[in-house]
Amino acid sequence: MEIYNNHRKLFTVALCFFVLLTFFVAIVPATSNQNNNAPLPGSIPLTKLETQGKNVFIAEGCVACHTQQVRNLDMDKVWGTRPGISADYANNSRTDVWRNTATLMGSERTGPDLTNIGLRQPSSDWHLLHLFNPRSVVAASIMPSYEWLFTVRDYPWPGEVVVNVPDDFRKRITGRIVASDKALALVAYLKSLKQVKLPDGKPVPIFLYGKTAEISGSTPGKPGTGKAGLDGAALYATNCQACHQENGEGLRGAFPSLKDSKVVLDPSAEVQVTIIMKGYNGRASEGYGVMPPVGTNNNLKSEEVAAIVNHERSSWGNNSKMVTADEVKKIIASFGKGEATTAKK
Amino acid sequence: MKIRFYLFFILVTALLACSPFNTVYAVVPVEINPQVNVIACLIVAFTVFFILLMLVWIIRLAKELNEDTSSKEITVEKWRFRQINGLDSRQLELLIRRRNSKRRKGKPNIERPGLKTTVIVILFCLLSIAARAQTAEDGGEHVLTSPGMIIMLALICIPLLAVMFFVGVRLQHLANKTRYSRIKKETHDLAETVDSDDAVFEELVKRKQALDYKLTNKELSGKVDPEDARGMLLNVGEINSPRFFAAKRKAAARHQADPELVKLIMWYLGTAALWLVVGTSIGEYIGIKFVAPDADHVSWLSFGRLRPVHTNMVFWGWSSLAMIGLGYYVVSTVSNTAIRSIKRGYQSLVLINSAVVAGSLSLMAGINNGGGEYREYTWPVMGLFAAGIVISLVNYLQTVADRKTKEIYISNWYIISAMMFITVIAVVGYIPLYQNGLGETIIQGYYMHQAVGMWFMLFNLGLVYYFLPQQLNTPIYSYSLGILAFWAQILFYTLIGTHHFLFSSIPWWLQTVAIVGSMGMLIPVFAGTTNFLMTFKGNYHKIGRSYTLPFYIVGVLFYFTGSTQGTAEAFRSTNLVWHFTDFTVAHSHLTMYGIIAFMLWACIYTLVPRLTGKEPKQGLVGAHFWMALIGVLFYTIPLMIGGTLKGIAWTQGKPFIDGVVLMAPYWLWRAIGGSLMWASHLVFAWNMYVMFAGNRTESEMKNQIFDQLSHTPINAEI
Repeated sequence: MEIYNNHRKLFTVALCFFVLLTFFVAIVPATSNQNNNAPLPGSIPLTKLETQGKNVFIAEGCVACHTQQVRNLDMDKVWGTRPGISADYANNSRTDVWRNTATLMGSERTGPDLTNIGLRQPSSDWHLLHLFNPRSVVAASIMPSYEWLFTVRDYPWPGEVVVNVPDDFRKRITGRIVASDKALALVAYLKSLKQVKLPDGKPVPIFLYGKTAEISGSTPGKPGTGKAGLDGAALYATNCQACHQENGEGLRGAFPSLKDSKVVLDPSAEVQVTIIMKGYNGRASEGYGVMPPVGTNNNLKSEEVAAIVNHERSSWGNNSKMVTADEVKKIIASFGKGEATTAKK
Repeated sequence: MKIRFYLFFILVTALLACSPFNTVYAVVPVEINPQVNVIACLIVAFTVFFILLMLVWIIRLAKELNEDTSSKEITVEKWRFRQINGLDSRQLELLIRRRNSKRRKGKPNIERPGLKTTVIVILFCLLSIAARAQTAEDGGEHVLTSPGMIIMLALICIPLLAVMFFVGVRLQHLANKTRYSRIKKETHDLAETVDSDDAVFEELVKRKQALDYKLTNKELSGKVDPEDARGMLLNVGEINSPRFFAAKRKAAARHQADPELVKLIMWYLGTAALWLVVGTSIGEYIGIKFVAPDADHVSWLSFGRLRPVHTNMVFWGWSSLAMIGLGYYVVSTVSNTAIRSIKRGYQSLVLINSAVVAGSLSLMAGINNGGGEYREYTWPVMGLFAAGIVISLVNYLQTVADRKTKEIYISNWYIISAMMFITVIAVVGYIPLYQNGLGETIIQGYYMHQAVGMWFMLFNLGLVYYFLPQQLNTPIYSYSLGILAFWAQILFYTLIGTHHFLFSSIPWWLQTVAIVGSMGMLIPVFAGTTNFLMTFKGNYHKIGRSYTLPFYIVGVLFYFTGSTQGTAEAFRSTNLVWHFTDFTVAHSHLTMYGIIAFMLWACIYTLVPRLTGKEPKQGLVGAHFWMALIGVLFYTIPLMIGGTLKGIAWTQGKPFIDGVVLMAPYWLWRAIGGSLMWASHLVFAWNMYVMFAGNRTESEMKNQIFDQLSHTPINAEI
């Protein structure tokens, strides 16, 4: 054939074919996505500090291990309340003249997804400690230490944030460990990462490939322990362990111990459930961090909360009265009433 | 006859010795007390076992003894014949000499067995009878298995066993002695016969001659020395010493290539090898960080910064430079013309190398493009790279335009297209007009996969379409399959980029297109693999004799498995387990390393000795090959297993940290495999050095001396 002996024709055809397909599969969909998606009404643009933090996030290559996408798969439920949609990323535009847009969706999940980290882990103390040395809060973590985001001072300036690093991780550092501006910016960025609620009326995409059987722990009257199909230890590991640790003892000066805790040992689970669902700042004066409403943030069902409560009540030498899912449900229901009544008053 | 008498005695005593234990053995199963029962059973079983063992030994000895004493019943003639046949040449000679010297010897004599033996045998009989009598007297069931009785039985057993052993030893002596006398007698007999009987003597002489016959080793070749009148034998090797490694064929003779072009190509390949060593040292280090995350706390060496340094360095440094360098040879050779401009080749070389240097430093300093994989270099850096590509592309195109052949060989289709496409890909990937929001992700999917498939894979296929038939000395199996694979690759590969973002928020239809494209990729992959394997057909025996072909065959096999694995990963049902896990890392190493790097090494080891006339040590090429192959298998297989388990753990809703803990051993295996790979690159770098700047070979020296000779006046003294 003529085309195979004429380099002009051959290479022009090949190039045009490729460019045509490129338009079809890359440029046109990209353009249409860019033009047809606006940020969700509830979304808040990053502040200046948070933007700085995002730049640190980009510079350190965090995206190599951390994704920011909740796929519409059942297993991604732990990372967000709903699957991500195009509009979630509409806020991202070109970083500056040198650098491209950074949606930071990632392609590797060596570490946890960060789409909702601001809700899952709103404690700055935790983040700073974790950045200084991840193994100080998560023993099995393989994340790098970001020690260079911190400085050591004998006498910190007023207003500077001092990190209470456990002795094992100080590595002969004698002074006070102070978070740099970069570290604070990075933490501000991480705390800003929250899934935005879809506006009313917009259909929420569903999670695919879910388990066909409903959670079996929902049978009324049965305590939500491992027997009923819910693994309290696993739920605890997912939702609570990062702060309160696997041994339940927390970290001194940062996260309170659950072992021999008054709240956990109390026969009535009301306070415990309330803290899980609504957060807690009662011991902030003692230097402990503010606990986020983990249960609400992570969309825990009453059966799951009961499993966690019972795990805490039966582990590490604790031996307290078990609760049932129904009791938890009742306690959660009473919040609404309480708020409603206060509103009426 | 006396011996038979002994034998009878021995057999009887042996049977008697066994009988008490037979009774015990019969009784034991009836016993109820389980603990005692077990111990008793064990003791009895062991004793019976040893006694049986000894019995077998004794019986065997007795049998031998019997054979040695019994007379030969066959005819004398036959026996004599057999006896002569059983002798070796030396013994025959002695006999012959003996007859010739007519000497005689005294009669043989059978020694009598000593008195001791008789006594012992009798004692043995008595003892066993006594033992039997005792057990029979006390033989109540419960008494017999009571501990005291068991101890006593054991005490009896000990001397019994000792006696049996002693009898056996004596018997063996006896047997040896008897045998010796028999042979002596037979030999004397024979010697006498030989002396007296001429027929037997002749038989003897004949047999000796037959044994002494030897081949001259010239039966087949004749007496004329071989001569290679037409110069057909080359590379005739002499084996002077034992070899540990099988000797492979030498490389083809040095080509008469333009020295300037050779120098340019060596610059490309040399810098590529440098980037390989540096890039994989970094890879090795960050692989170790999975096992030892606190290896250092230095910002420039942190995992997040070094990972893109590693990937980009082996992509744009090692693979790209090696490909372009080899391309300079292939494009001009298959066009049967010279490269249009060597100078522009150098410009391209400098630009690409400076892009890698600048890019690596800026990434380590924390300046990157925004996190898209393989797109971490900022646009000024990637601009340098693209400029280098464009300069070489123009150079290639002009060379193809200058070609002396009518048709364009298929290698040039692949190579030129790859160069055009990577330019398009870089431009599309870096133009910001459509990259806000999710646009960036869609372009990212396109970019990262096209860079792999339309650049590295396409270019490498072009190289292999030239070098593989060259090295096999056979035409490519099917030109048409090559053409089919070419167009199918463009059609399907361009579509599949977004399969890196399945289930994400990019449009569902685009994800489906990517999956369909991934399935379509089976067409070019099957076509290409078939083409290469069919080219190998009939040439498989050459693999064992070549140090380059193993690289090709591994590259081709990984091309098939790696690419097909890519298709398998793209299905929604498998992607949901494997995506985001270490399986992806295993896949990218299986392909970028198993396919691309192996093919490049194959081409380099084929080409460079032809250009420089210097070959690497075959043993070291072998070391490179095996360490790289075993290393990449150690690297990928554990990661695939671990990745799958991690994905399954995620689908089961296990806590995230469980997946991290689960991966620890697999990450260790990855570090081990990675170390092997890295070590192989050091060997490769050394081989490159030897091929490029190694000592002058003998043939080079010869050439030089001959050149001097031709320049010397004929009448001058040498």
